[in-house]
Amino acid sequence: MAGTVKRDYSLVGESTRRAIETGLASAEWYHTDVPRKAIKELMQRSDGPAIRDTIIWIVAILGSAAGAIYFWGTWWCVPFFFVYGVLYGSSSDSRWHECGHGTAFRTRWMNDVVYQIASFMLMRNPVTWRWSHARHHTDTIIVGRDAEIAVMRPPDLLRAALAFTGILDFRYSLPALVRQALGKLTPDEKSYVPEMEQHKAVIAARWHIAIYIATIALALYMQSWVPVVLIGVPRLYGTWHMVMTGLLQHIGLADNVVDHRLNTRTVYMNPISRFIYWNMNYHVEHHMFPMVPYHALPKLHELIKHDLPEPNPSIWHAYREVWPVLLRQLKYEDHFLKRELPPTARPYRGEFHEVNMSAAAE
Amino acid sequence: MADWVEACAVDDVEEEDVIRFDHGGRTFAIYRSPDDEFFATDGFCTHEKAHLADGLVMDDIIECPKHNGRFNYKTGQAKGAPVCVNLATYPVKVEAGKVMIQIA
Repeated sequence: MAGTVKRDYSLVGESTRRAIETGLASAEWYHTDVPRKAIKELMQRSDGPAIRDTIIWIVAILGSAAGAIYFWGTWWCVPFFFVYGVLYGSSSDSRWHECGHGTAFRTRWMNDVVYQIASFMLMRNPVTWRWSHARHHTDTIIVGRDAEIAVMRPPDLLRAALAFTGILDFRYSLPALVRQALGKLTPDEKSYVPEMEQHKAVIAARWHIAIYIATIALALYMQSWVPVVLIGVPRLYGTWHMVMTGLLQHIGLADNVVDHRLNTRTVYMNPISRFIYWNMNYHVEHHMFPMVPYHALPKLHELIKHDLPEPNPSIWHAYREVWPVLLRQLKYEDHFLKRELPPTARPYRGEFHEVNMSAAAE
Repeated sequence: MADWVEACAVDDVEEEDVIRFDHGGRTFAIYRSPDDEFFATDGFCTHEKAHLADGLVMDDIIECPKHNGRFNYKTGQAKGAPVCVNLATYPVKVEAGKVMIQIA
């Protein structure tokens, strides 16, 4: 059983070997049955919604930046930086995500342009992160395979709390970009970025570093903090919303299973958070059907919710539910939250998973 | 000598769509383009083992349902990450309302 072996989160270690041996790597995942005609309709691409949302996004970024600059030196700049920070440091994550999947816009180059901009805002290498996210979808929360497990077991709660400040991510992301710009990829990165793509990661990192150097040079020339507070540093003060919503995707749920209903969470959210997060609160739906664009996820949710656990009614509810699970995981790392299925759902197949179901909190 | 094999009836595939065809232990994808032409490729994505028949056809592109990798299904050309390896394509002809593919 999974619980008898200490988890090794490296992507080239003992857990990796076990995941491959046991068939957890690149496995067949559970999918809710949806008629081809219905899913085909939901998968249809359109430029309209993403163009509308991107215009709103850019106008809000430029408007809040203008307000922050105008009121610079007074307390009135704080609310403008608050808005600007969230748009820069949090909403860029969902734009990165959707455009990385290529589902936001129908037109490919539009996805690519927004993907590159959002990657820069997030201090993410657009090449390595594209591949790590592909792996995340192949092997969602499979220990030793998934490069995007945000909270490992036993959970480091101080680290999770600090994530809201962006400090840890900043401390990792910037040196990672510098290392990659120097042409060095880690063994983990090499495990999911194909050799023929690795040089592109180095080139992308060099572009990012060049822009940061130009920003610092501009700040020195202007003898002002404004350039760095607008470019780069928002990754610190504006990242809290991304962490608040993103942590809920999988935290406290099962690992080493091949059913997204067991390891992924859907949470109902307010309209502002849904705009910032581009509907990724429908996360079980997204993982089951990653071809469905963000704007069609509410419809997909209505179509398959009979087969999914009841969504958490709010962000607050989701955190309240998971908190005791995290505390228990400090002593007993196999413990996880098993969310109940409605009577209309097809049951979880215990024998299909490596997970120790007896460790579940229901 | 490559054989022509009956894959499906013309009406089995909707316009701008794809279906799966299994034959001899192999899996193929049969496409009907918006121009009402038929094409055939290997059935699995070259990135990971996902059925392309569950994907989305847009113009001359098939998008893999798992990681959204894109191929031109007419030529098999991979259109960028996360797909790097081209897809094998097969000759297709339509005879008496049947879609035939030539399998080597």
